[in-house]
Amino acid sequence: MKVSKNIVLKFSKDIVDRPIVCRLASQYNLEFNIVKAYITPREEGLLILRLEGESADFEKGLEYLEKSGVLIQPVSKDVVRNEELCTHCGVCVALCPAGALAVDEKTRKINFFGDKCNACGFCVTVCPMKAMEAKF
Amino acid sequence: MAKTIREINEKIKKGKAVVLTAEEMIDYVGKKGGKEASERVDVVTTGTFGPMCSSGMYLNIGHSKPKIKIGGGSCTLNDVPAYCGFAAVDIYLGCTQVSADDPKNSIHPGKFAYGGGHVIEDFVAGKDIRLKAISYGTDCYPRKRLETLINIKDVNEAVLFNPRNAYQNYNVAVNLSDKTIYTYMGVLKPGAANASYCSAGQLSPLLNDPYYRTMGIGTRIFLGGGVGYIVWHGTQHSPGVERGENGVPLSPAGSVAVMGDIKQMSAKWLRGTSMLGYGATLTVGIGMPIPILDEEMANFTAVKDEDIFAPIVDYGDAYPNAKPGNLGFVSYGRLKSGEIEVNGKKTPTASLSSYSKAREIAGILKEWIEKGEFLLGEATSPIPGPDSGIKFRPLTERPLE
Repeated sequence: MKVSKNIVLKFSKDIVDRPIVCRLASQYNLEFNIVKAYITPREEGLLILRLEGESADFEKGLEYLEKSGVLIQPVSKDVVRNEELCTHCGVCVALCPAGALAVDEKTRKINFFGDKCNACGFCVTVCPMKAMEAKF
Repeated sequence: MAKTIREINEKIKKGKAVVLTAEEMIDYVGKKGGKEASERVDVVTTGTFGPMCSSGMYLNIGHSKPKIKIGGGSCTLNDVPAYCGFAAVDIYLGCTQVSADDPKNSIHPGKFAYGGGHVIEDFVAGKDIRLKAISYGTDCYPRKRLETLINIKDVNEAVLFNPRNAYQNYNVAVNLSDKTIYTYMGVLKPGAANASYCSAGQLSPLLNDPYYRTMGIGTRIFLGGGVGYIVWHGTQHSPGVERGENGVPLSPAGSVAVMGDIKQMSAKWLRGTSMLGYGATLTVGIGMPIPILDEEMANFTAVKDEDIFAPIVDYGDAYPNAKPGNLGFVSYGRLKSGEIEVNGKKTPTASLSSYSKAREIAGILKEWIEKGEFLLGEATSPIPGPDSGIKFRPLTERPLE
C-alpha cells in the first residue's frame, strides 16, 4: 500500500551537516519533495517533506531517520488551530493549496486535516480571527 | 387566519408558541405547505455571523475628579482613537479604526492586527482598557490630561450602535486581474482562482422577510449575544433593487441599523476581525425573530439557498472603479457546494460569514422564545420597502473652486 504524508523533521546541531535525507531515496526507495527547509541561527535544521512510498519502506525510512537522531513530527503538531478563536467562517478553505481545510457538509464547520497540511502558512496569514498558528 | 404579534406574544408568555429555525421551516413548509405552516408555526428564527464594518460602541465613562472635557479633545482606547465630538465624557469607537502607530498598508498587505473591533471584543470580555485623553481645559472642566484603566462594569452606559448591519444579500467576489488582491472580501487570487461570498443565505434575517413586512423601528433582536433592537433602516439601504419571483433581491439590498446594551452581550458574538491588506472590523452575531403572521410569511421564511441568487462581481476592476454590471448570478446552494463557474472556469468558493455560527444563533433565539424569555417587539415604524423610492446613490463629485 502506498503512503504519502507531510512530516516535519528537526535536526540537532550535531547532525545538521550530515547527508541523511538523501538515503531515503537511495536505500529506502522513498520519494520526497521538500516543502520547506531552513537552518536556525542556533544551527538546528528544520525540514518539511512530502514523503511517499510503499508503507513497509515508509516505516523503515522513518526508523532510519530516528536512529540517525532526527526528531520526526506530523505537520499537525506544528500547524495548529486554536479552537476557541476559530469561528468556522471558511475564509481559509479556498486558499489552502493542500486541501487540508475543508467544509463539513453537514455541520458547515471547517475541518482541519493536519496530515494533508504542507505547512505553507497561508492560512496563518489570511485567518481574520488569527486562529491558525505555525510553530516554526 | 392571520395572526398579530400581540397574539403571538401571548402564546410566548404561556410557553405555547411554536418556534422553528429558518432551516427547520424549509422542511416544515416543504412537507405541510405554507397554509398549514402559517397556522401551526408562530415564529421563525434567523441568524447571521459575519464581518460588519459599520459597527461601533459609545460609552459614557463617568467624570474624573477634577473633571475633563474629552468632548472636542481627543482620546484613545488601547491606543485606538475614539471619536470625541460629543459631550464631555461621551465617546464613540468605530470598529475599523486602527492606532496611529499601525503601519496599515505601508507594508502591503497590512495585518491590521488590532483595531476598534478588537477593543470592543476585549471590552465586552471584561478586560481593562487603557483610556488616554487630551483636552484644552475650561473653567468647568479644568483637566487637560487623563490616563486611566476603564472597565465595562464601571462605565455608565456602553451601547453597541451599528449604522449598517445584516445586509440583505451580498456580492460574490472574484478577481479577474493578473495579480493577487486583498479586499474586504478576503484574499482574491488572479484569474478568478477563488471566489468569496458573505451571507448566511437561507438563515440570513433579511432574506427571510424580503419586503421587511415584520421588521421596523423597535423590532427586538439577538445582538452580540444579548438583546438589541432595530432602530432605523441601515445606511445604503436599497430596497428598490431587482428581485426574483420569490421577492428575494438579486443583489445587496436592505440593511438595518441596530443597537443594544453591550453590558449584556458576549465576546463570543462580537469578535475583532483582521482582513489582510484591508483593515480591522467587527464580526457581529445577529438573529431576528420573524412572526409568521400569515401564509405569505410562512412561504417567505421557507426560502432555500437554491432560490437565493447573488451577483458575481470582479473586484480586480469593476468594483474599485465603480463599473456597473456583473459576471452572472449564482445561488447560495451552488456557492455552498464549494465550487462555481466563472467565465466558464471552475472556481473554488469560500465564505466570510460563518454558517455554523448563524445556525447556532437561530437556535439560541429559538430557545429564548420557547422559554418565554424573549418577546417579539412591535415595530413603531416600518423599514422602507421597494415603493419608498429610497436608493443607494453614488457620490457626484463637485469641484470646490
